[in-house]
Amino acid sequence: MLGKLSWAALPLDQPIPMIASGVVALAILGVLAFVTFKGWVPYLWREWITSVDHKRIGVMYIVLALVMLIRGFADAIMMRSQQAVAFHGAGYLAPEHYNQIFSAHGTIMIFFGAMPFIIGLMNFVVPLQLGDRDVAFPTLNSVSFWLTATGALLVNISLVIGEFARTGWLPYPPLSELKYSPGVGVDYYLWAIQISGVGTLLTGVNFVTTILKMRAPGMGYLRMPMFCWTALAANLLIVAAFPILTATLAMLSLDRYLGFHFFTNEGGGNVMMFMNLIWAWGHPEVYILVLPCFGIFSEVISTFSSKPLFGYRSMVAATLFICLVSFTVWLHHFFTMGAGPDVNAVFGIATSVIAVGTGVKIYNWMFTLYGGRIRFTTPMLWSLGFMVTFVIGGMTGVLLAIPPADFVLHNSMFLVAHFHNVIIGGVLFGVFAGYTYWFPKAFGFTLDEGWGKAAFWFTLVGFYVTFIPLYVAGLLGMTRRLQHYDVAGWKPWLTWAAIGTAVTAVGVICQVVQLVVSIRRRDALRDTTGDPWDGRSLEWSTASPPPAFNFAVLPNVEGEEAYWSLKQTAREQNRLREEPAYEDLEAPRNSPTGFVCAFFATVVGFALIWHIWWMAVIGLIGAYATFVVFAWRDTAEYRIPAAEVAKIDRANRSARQDALATYTGPRP
Amino acid sequence: MTAAVSGGDPHRIGHSQGHGGAASGRGEGGPAPNRIVVGYGFWLFLLSDIVMFSGFFAAYAVLAGQTAGGPTGRQIFDLNTVALETACLLASSFTCGLAILAVGARMKLKFYAAMATTFVFGAVFLGLELHEFAGLIARGDGPQRSAFLSAFFALVGCHGLHVTAGLLWLLTMMAQVFAKGFRRDVLNRMLCFSLFWHALDIIWVALFTVVYLIGGAA
Amino acid sequence: MSEHGADQHGVHDLAPGDEELDGSGVAQGLRGYLLGLALAVGLTAASFYFAHSPLVWAPAVATALIVLAIAQMGVHLVFFLHITTGPDNTNNVLALAFGVLIVFLIMAGSLWIMANLSHHTPGMDQLMRMQR
Repeated sequence: MLGKLSWAALPLDQPIPMIASGVVALAILGVLAFVTFKGWVPYLWREWITSVDHKRIGVMYIVLALVMLIRGFADAIMMRSQQAVAFHGAGYLAPEHYNQIFSAHGTIMIFFGAMPFIIGLMNFVVPLQLGDRDVAFPTLNSVSFWLTATGALLVNISLVIGEFARTGWLPYPPLSELKYSPGVGVDYYLWAIQISGVGTLLTGVNFVTTILKMRAPGMGYLRMPMFCWTALAANLLIVAAFPILTATLAMLSLDRYLGFHFFTNEGGGNVMMFMNLIWAWGHPEVYILVLPCFGIFSEVISTFSSKPLFGYRSMVAATLFICLVSFTVWLHHFFTMGAGPDVNAVFGIATSVIAVGTGVKIYNWMFTLYGGRIRFTTPMLWSLGFMVTFVIGGMTGVLLAIPPADFVLHNSMFLVAHFHNVIIGGVLFGVFAGYTYWFPKAFGFTLDEGWGKAAFWFTLVGFYVTFIPLYVAGLLGMTRRLQHYDVAGWKPWLTWAAIGTAVTAVGVICQVVQLVVSIRRRDALRDTTGDPWDGRSLEWSTASPPPAFNFAVLPNVEGEEAYWSLKQTAREQNRLREEPAYEDLEAPRNSPTGFVCAFFATVVGFALIWHIWWMAVIGLIGAYATFVVFAWRDTAEYRIPAAEVAKIDRANRSARQDALATYTGPRP
Repeated sequence: MTAAVSGGDPHRIGHSQGHGGAASGRGEGGPAPNRIVVGYGFWLFLLSDIVMFSGFFAAYAVLAGQTAGGPTGRQIFDLNTVALETACLLASSFTCGLAILAVGARMKLKFYAAMATTFVFGAVFLGLELHEFAGLIARGDGPQRSAFLSAFFALVGCHGLHVTAGLLWLLTMMAQVFAKGFRRDVLNRMLCFSLFWHALDIIWVALFTVVYLIGGAA
Repeated sequence: MSEHGADQHGVHDLAPGDEELDGSGVAQGLRGYLLGLALAVGLTAASFYFAHSPLVWAPAVATALIVLAIAQMGVHLVFFLHITTGPDNTNNVLALAFGVLIVFLIMAGSLWIMANLSHHTPGMDQLMRMQR
């Protein structure tokens, strides 16, 4: 009746997982009870859960990402402290638990921390920058979000019921095959990633369509802000790469569930085929993460240098170059698997070549800074920190791209330090820059600068103190994922890494405090103009927070930096443009389709993990029924009367008029 | 908003094309009409689906020789069945086209007839495929037998699963036309359905060539 | 196919699958589908015939079949999915080209990598035997 599920699935005999899961479960129940007690459920249901507004969905993505980043960071603290104490001893984490922790850390950070953060920022920003009212498929967007949340939920359920994979963040066979991983851990991984992967794929389809087909009048390709270009490239990569992940994980599932022989040792299966296919997705994936961040840095550096982005067209070309070449380098993840020198050389050279595109970008950012009137705000600090850190990470990457060097360093702590160097230095700094940069647009008040700068410095210093020692440990021969060790030479470096993690933790705390302090001081930090940073692209031309319809009339784009030229005209003539003729607008109606669909996806995922077949069938029927109900609805849109549009837009115009009256020239 | 302003913008080079004319999805004239947005989005989804199939094709191509002492393709493929399956799918693609013509002319009866014929051809295709699978499994040549058979069952079965989903979608579309008539969103969905159905036929062309004809000859 | 051409839509864009028909819609559309069907049937028949025919030099059969398959996919794309090279289809064709490029990279890359690997390393069965 309940498949493999029984009371034995609860970790009643293991104190650490039991306490951790107990705390998490209590926290979730506490939040739910608080929300219910306060009577916020109808509000949340109406305004957020069923919302199809790209801005709301973007915010929900980022909230999910922030929570999951903290969850993943807790895993990181456990790993670093375990390795700091596990010299000539067992440490405090049992091997099977430690293995789950490093697997969960990687899975959560990439799939449920970094990806939702990036997608959330794209959701919030791209339609605003394109001068658009919404994405191409608003309800589908909601479905995407809730499917991602389903994946995150399943991974976290594994904390309480059953176990998570012990195979690392990519479940390499044969270890992940049923014979060597008979538990439900790998199944949790498979279904969490498959379900959230569908959500990500639909996001990719949605955003490529939005960017190619839904731009404001006059917004030609070469007038799009850099962030939109990088978002286009990243979403093209999603559309092209995520299906490979789906296919690969489906093959592993068939092996585990139906006894197929894709990747088994027996029956002619080929383990290396898994490495080949998973990295054909995995390498584009890192560019899916980092390309939008390159876009964020371009926006931030240009805005806070008070200059147009240097070399806009070379930046576009470099982005598209990286987008294509990222599909021709995947073998560098397994140089050591035994391919001949010809194959290794081709992929090694391709890997080095892709660094050229990134190099172009670094120089463009430097020339944007050159001669600019630079303001050292928190987003700008993250961007400058990125430029230094990412160059170091890129250099170690080019080192690893040389096959003979990789033969020495493969799967060592050097590799671990390298990819944390580029992912933290590139992606995490990028999303934090974007978060502080666009926060006032989303909520109408800026984030506290003092706490933001403290968060930056602690995170930056913590990062270097953690990962430079890990480079050294790797060069001293330490391999990754060790639960304990007995080489005395590694011990001091791992101790330093643990200290660095503690410093980073202070940065994380500063980040949380920054949010709390800013919310409490929101009246003092209020952004009344809608343009707190003297921005250059269209999102700064609407109010903060933007109205549901974004723009009262679609902007007419007449050049690059669409908003900057409008603003300069207004400043020169000391008046705004004529008030437009307001018309009734139609906006998409809210829909619970995404939430209900994700509910059934959770049921299906959970049922398949525990082999409860009848429940899986019910879930599938429910998901199908949800779509039919959605397809049968008669009105997809509601009307916003012209009078209301006019009222909202006039408020924005009068704020702009005030800002114009007090304008005294460029800010210092 | 002319020369005086653009003087402050150093990147005006090559921006002379303007955006005067009619709106188009290529971005000079504002958002594209709903039908183009929907069709294009679904087209991207189909391409991603084809990329997914390429993963299964790659696995089949790599594992085709790994029979682990089991049967080879030449020993188990019955080309007559495959020819019949191909004929069914091709005919269903044609009748699906007829259904689209009926939608264009707003002829409900012809629409139902064409869709029903499409369903019958699709169902016969599926029946033949299931019969082939059942026969193989009954002989002990199921997907557990060898890596070659695993890859074969997964690739052909994945296509079969798509056909099954397509048939469910087909019935849903017929019901929706019955309930809602040729509404704008229904027309868009019919466009997507026809794209989906024709794309399945394209994948089948690759499939019978690579798996059955080349694999059967080897 | 009367939906497009509505309100602000100009001449530069077409949904994939939509056909720009002028004049006698249904009859012209039917002719297109019939022509497509005839070509597809012909190409399929040729494929099945050449697979086991002494007419083609045996080592070239696979190449011939792949050429026929690509031709037939083209026929389907043009006559059934109405993806043409006309200017109104630019976006659709570019997306298709991107997809085809990715499919090519995955197929060719996987085959090259895996063939090279099996050339340079002992097979899994041999490895298992060595461990015993």
